[in-house]
Amino acid sequence: MEKRVVFDNRWLPYLLVAPQLLVTFVFFFWPAGQAIYQSAFIPDPFGLKTQFVGFGNFEYLFGNRYYRESFLTTAVFSVLVTISAMSFALWLAVLADRVIKGSSAYRTLLIWPYAVAPAIAGVLWLFMFNPFTGIIAWMLSQMGYVWNHNLDGGQAMALVVAASAWKQISYNFLFFLAGLQAIPKSVIEAAAIDGASFWRRFWTIVFPLLSPTTFFLLVVNIIYAFFDTFGVIHTITQGGPQQSTTILVYKVFADGFVGQDLGSSAAQSVVLLVLVGILTVVQFRFIERRVHY
Amino acid sequence: MKKLIAAGVVAALLSGVAPASAATQIDFWHAFTGRLGELLDEQVAKFNASQTDYTVVATNKGNYSETLNAGIAAFRAGEQPDILQVFEVGTATMMAAKGAIKPVYEVMAESGLPFDQSVYLAAVAGYYTTTEGQMLSLPYNSSTPVLYVNKDALKAAGLDPEMDLSTWEQVGTALDALKAAGNKCPLTTAWQSWVHLENLSAYHNVPFATKENGFAGVDTELTFNGDVQVKHIDTLGQWAKDGKFIYSGRRNEGGAPFRAGECALFTESSAGYAGVKKEATFDFAIRPLPYWSSVEGAPQNTIIGGASLWVMQGQTPEEYKGVAAFFNFLSSSDIQAKWHQDTGYLPITMAAYEATKASGFYEANPGTDISIIQMTGKAPTANSKGLRLGSFDQIRGIIDEELEGVWNGSKTAKDALDSAVSRGNELLRRFEQANR
Repeated sequence: MEKRVVFDNRWLPYLLVAPQLLVTFVFFFWPAGQAIYQSAFIPDPFGLKTQFVGFGNFEYLFGNRYYRESFLTTAVFSVLVTISAMSFALWLAVLADRVIKGSSAYRTLLIWPYAVAPAIAGVLWLFMFNPFTGIIAWMLSQMGYVWNHNLDGGQAMALVVAASAWKQISYNFLFFLAGLQAIPKSVIEAAAIDGASFWRRFWTIVFPLLSPTTFFLLVVNIIYAFFDTFGVIHTITQGGPQQSTTILVYKVFADGFVGQDLGSSAAQSVVLLVLVGILTVVQFRFIERRVHY
Repeated sequence: MKKLIAAGVVAALLSGVAPASAATQIDFWHAFTGRLGELLDEQVAKFNASQTDYTVVATNKGNYSETLNAGIAAFRAGEQPDILQVFEVGTATMMAAKGAIKPVYEVMAESGLPFDQSVYLAAVAGYYTTTEGQMLSLPYNSSTPVLYVNKDALKAAGLDPEMDLSTWEQVGTALDALKAAGNKCPLTTAWQSWVHLENLSAYHNVPFATKENGFAGVDTELTFNGDVQVKHIDTLGQWAKDGKFIYSGRRNEGGAPFRAGECALFTESSAGYAGVKKEATFDFAIRPLPYWSSVEGAPQNTIIGGASLWVMQGQTPEEYKGVAAFFNFLSSSDIQAKWHQDTGYLPITMAAYEATKASGFYEANPGTDISIIQMTGKAPTANSKGLRLGSFDQIRGIIDEELEGVWNGSKTAKDALDSAVSRGNELLRRFEQANR
């Protein structure tokens, strides 16, 4: 039988959701609307005068080779961050799940990096990999490998991916561990009695049962890679060398706050808005169908 | 983006809250932290103690870019400070914002206080004056690139530590010897675009951009892909390939290895002096920035980097009077002389230079006057007055990217500079459109 609570008063439900709607409007719809509106103008930084250009800002953007390349950079970056953050976290969670003695200590330690702000995480990794003074750069040079992410785009990408993923591993770990512990032991034990190896049990039982968690984390991680990694990139590479780590969000910042080109910056925000909308729809329509709840 | 603006506005509002007093409050937003911040606060305290009519309240707003953004956001919210420190690359942005700024010459004239523009060093003030010679912002901290030499490293390579390094040809010979002796970092640089393109162009009297480097109009186009620049970058690229020039980063990351004694030669701002003097455990010298002797007319003069103080629109006449009094105080010769000696920045007036000279400071700290001599040796030309280009912070970023392509060997000097010019011109056209 369906359980349903019915409000007597017609207006009460609206009143109850009003605060949430207000917050959504003020902090989401209004700024988003402003961005869409501004994307049709080229204003001067001080807001003294402005010119209507219609779709001119978008034409300018898509006519720019570096902007088009930034999409590819963003895709590569997001996929790498998501895959590495999630696979490491899953691996750690599986290990932590099997630990019996001192497990809470391990878990607590593994969660720590999440408390580190992205900019600080960036600085930490930068210290280790500084081509002149970084300890890891020095170790690499002892092994005959030249590390200079100031010049090598591949190395720069690897470094920002590592720093961004490292920060997110804790968060993923927490959810994966909870997900693993929610899987009924009886199912796994039954498989074990049937003679299934650990890996077989993992791939045929644990991983599918974990899929709601994995799907949730996939969404969260992609959004993280898209928007929250700004601090890491800003502190480590500033988008360089040669735009090799300029993801879309970083370009919004660089054009808007370094170049004071607010029209182009607003147009880029609109593009991002559309892109994330599409991504979310794709994720929920196509991937979620394959998730077993 | 919206969030950042909002944060800027909130910060702007908060800083407006200050203790009430009879004196008129002058808000001064700046980008100095650490030792420079302390020295700035010292100046402000001295000014506040010297009179009772005005209280200057100095607030740090982050780095140069952040300070400029804070000023812009505050102006949009109608909460702008009286004085805003803006770095030299933001000059064109500020100048174009005619409704947002109040030119310094106007502020001084209205205050009725004495103001003689001719006492300022032409090479410094020229960067911040109109083509008609009217001062728009007050030069505050200015420096120019010089060559720092690790004499011990030269000696270790069997070179005469006093050898002449005034031309790049001579530097090339020294680099060969250093490399042959196994030096791991014969030459490095800070601020590559500023030193090796902007100053290189001025120093060899070739244009960096059309329309007098942008001074004569916003319809300017970049021209730093000329022969002199291409030859210089090509040589540096070759040196990078041979391990004689080590690229250390876009800003002044090269300072750490130089001060640690790892690098032999280092092109950096004259304001880097204090740090080198404090940390270097080796014998070092300051030399003028090298030039190519093959270029006729070189060396011309170098140009400055640093920041100036802009006065914002929309304040009361009383506040502008206070600003004028504060600017007069900052320009006074003992304040300037002390600033110059403490920081390595250039003095902004000739009198401060003379006072420093008379005090025997240059004998005690050899090389500290090279920056001034280098800047004032010849009267500035249209190519060496400075640069006034919109979106220049971003154009520098583009130049950095393209130069990195040369250093890692993926691009030729000519290709990189051509590409930087065409990409930079796109931004200049955007700026022109926004400021038409």
